Amino acid sequence: MTSLRALLRDPHFRRGARDMLDFAPGIAAWGLVTGVAMAKSGLSIPLAVLMTLTVYAGSAQLASLPLLAAGAPMWVVWAAAFCVNLRFVIFSAQWRVHMGHLSRGRRMAIGYLLADLNLIAFQRAWPGAKREPGQVRYIVGGIVTIWFTWQIPSLFGIFLSEAIPTQWGLGFAGTLAMLGLTYGLLNDRSTWTAAAVAGAAAVATFAMPLKLNIVVAIAAAVAAGLLIEQAERAGQRMKGGA
Amino acid sequence: MTDGWLGAVTILGLAVVTFIARNFFLFPDREVKIPAWLQRGLKVAPLAALAAVVVPEVIMTQGKLIATWQDARLPAVAAASLYYLWRPGVLGPLLAGLAVFLPLRLMWGW
Repeated sequence: MTSLRALLRDPHFRRGARDMLDFAPGIAAWGLVTGVAMAKSGLSIPLAVLMTLTVYAGSAQLASLPLLAAGAPMWVVWAAAFCVNLRFVIFSAQWRVHMGHLSRGRRMAIGYLLADLNLIAFQRAWPGAKREPGQVRYIVGGIVTIWFTWQIPSLFGIFLSEAIPTQWGLGFAGTLAMLGLTYGLLNDRSTWTAAAVAGAAAVATFAMPLKLNIVVAIAAAVAAGLLIEQAERAGQRMKGGA
Repeated sequence: MTDGWLGAVTILGLAVVTFIARNFFLFPDREVKIPAWLQRGLKVAPLAALAAVVVPEVIMTQGKLIATWQDARLPAVAAASLYYLWRPGVLGPLLAGLAVFLPLRLMWGW
């Protein structure tokens, strides 16, 4: 208990927690929407509670909802969620620099709870990708703030949605939220192409059983995105040579 | 709808997915270099997964393309997209979309 009290008084921990408060209104609203979307997509209340407390990854939760509603097989739901979560795979390589000295158990306990905003706040507070004392306590402070500002509104949204009639169609809020997330990832020709290919392929192969259209669409889009990039670089090389 | 025990197992599996993704390069004791092509592929995949889920949710009903313009989802997506062009983000476009979606749905039954 003394170590917990010491942590709560630690200046790095407190700074990590405080810096995250800047993002609190956004996190809370986003958690509320995800809570409502989970319950209104047809998930029972206990399952929605289980999801928010254990999955704890908003975009992946939202993306899995239509698949769960359609009764897709587990592995398709997991594969789609893993693809949405691939950004965390990249982030984990960046976190490694600052947490490599911890034991594996500690690294993974902290790693499990690291959201996108943790990295954004961290990179603001500690520019320069070097390991420095106090960083881990800063990270833990941010984790604690996000966890509560996300989970409380999310649970509130789950129970609140009992009072909202289903015919309002508020599950669509989840789709609208995903729309904004998708736009945020579009920044050049290869990403636009990938999105267009994924959307078109998902619609064209919608009749496939087991929601396999999602898997086909992702594979087609990644292939198209990589091809376009290759072609663009080849084009630049030719221009450079001329 | 996936529900009951099957639903609980699927959701706990999703928690494992979160755990694996966030710990991917934190798990090994030694540093691992990511090849450049893999890094690019990893960047496109999340976008592809989101687009593959979103597009059918917006333009299809019961496995068919929407056949009518009187569907609240289309104007809602248009409003959210225009808002995004004005101010990029997630919450603003979401609220703009809902501001169009809910009246159409509740008052005109679109």
